[in-house]
Amino acid sequence: MNTSVQTAGTTGLTVSQRLIAGSIALLLGLTLLVGTGFAGDFRLHNGAHDTRHAMGFPCH
Amino acid sequence: MFRNLFLAALVAALCAGLVTSAFQAWRVTPLIFAAEAFEGGGEAVHTHEAATPAPGQDAATTMPAHDHGEEEWMPQDGFERTAFTLFSNILAAAGYALIIGAVSVLFALPITFANGILWGLGGFAAFTLAPALGLPPGMPGMPVADTLARQVWWFGAALSTGAALVLVAKVRAPWALAVAVALVLLPQLIAAPQAPDDPTGVPPRMTAEFVAAVIYNGALFWVVLGLAFGRMADHLAARSAAVPNGARA
Repeated sequence: MNTSVQTAGTTGLTVSQRLIAGSIALLLGLTLLVGTGFAGDFRLHNGAHDTRHAMGFPCH
Repeated sequence: MFRNLFLAALVAALCAGLVTSAFQAWRVTPLIFAAEAFEGGGEAVHTHEAATPAPGQDAATTMPAHDHGEEEWMPQDGFERTAFTLFSNILAAAGYALIIGAVSVLFALPITFANGILWGLGGFAAFTLAPALGLPPGMPGMPVADTLARQVWWFGAALSTGAALVLVAKVRAPWALAVAVALVLLPQLIAAPQAPDDPTGVPPRMTAEFVAAVIYNGALFWVVLGLAFGRMADHLAARSAAVPNGARA
């Protein structure tokens, strides 16, 4: 693999493009993380129960 | 570009989610099931009952946070529960993959196959090790402090440690190193919410095995996530570079 090749997000982008892509990815990522690991709703908690314990999230 | 970022995150999430699910089924979930036997007083049902408060201890401080009632939905033990765990492992992996992808894009720190192991170890340090130092991973049936307070501390520890790693990656200067050390120490100096010293039926040996298994699982998960993300990002960047028009969205 050519080491000069830049990764997905950083090739020839303006700062605003990076901000938009990064913010969307961050928002979506945090939503998924909170939904699986933190949300108080019992359906989300019980469905992801073993994941929460195994990934070291604070559970009951 | 959006497409490359999300595609790399998706592939990395699938790889890491499947690997961690296999490891969990082997070394983690059996301990959770065993602990639930102590939690439910020997019954197979998954009740989430809080430990009985010790004599003289205020019941409110022991936080029986999981008494949700009888008819509350939960996946059936067996296939359904395993499927839900697999699914939520992949969703959590997608969350983490998008977060490191976002950090990569926002701070112009490429994720490649060559440095993917560093991203993985960084994620492990921020999201597994740092929170675990204050809040050791616990099994069902063990006494715990208030859930929200623990979640806030957990998130703060991960954020502060992650910020320290991004700072030293971006700024190679003595002051940055000093600030990074402070950021790593800060959450550990703010004491994490302490679990009450309530009696629990879970044997200490099992508790120790569980903590070791969760830490190992975190390392495995993060290294796979970082390497898979980097490998996929390399692949997509090379493909985009080979296509003169479009394909980079």
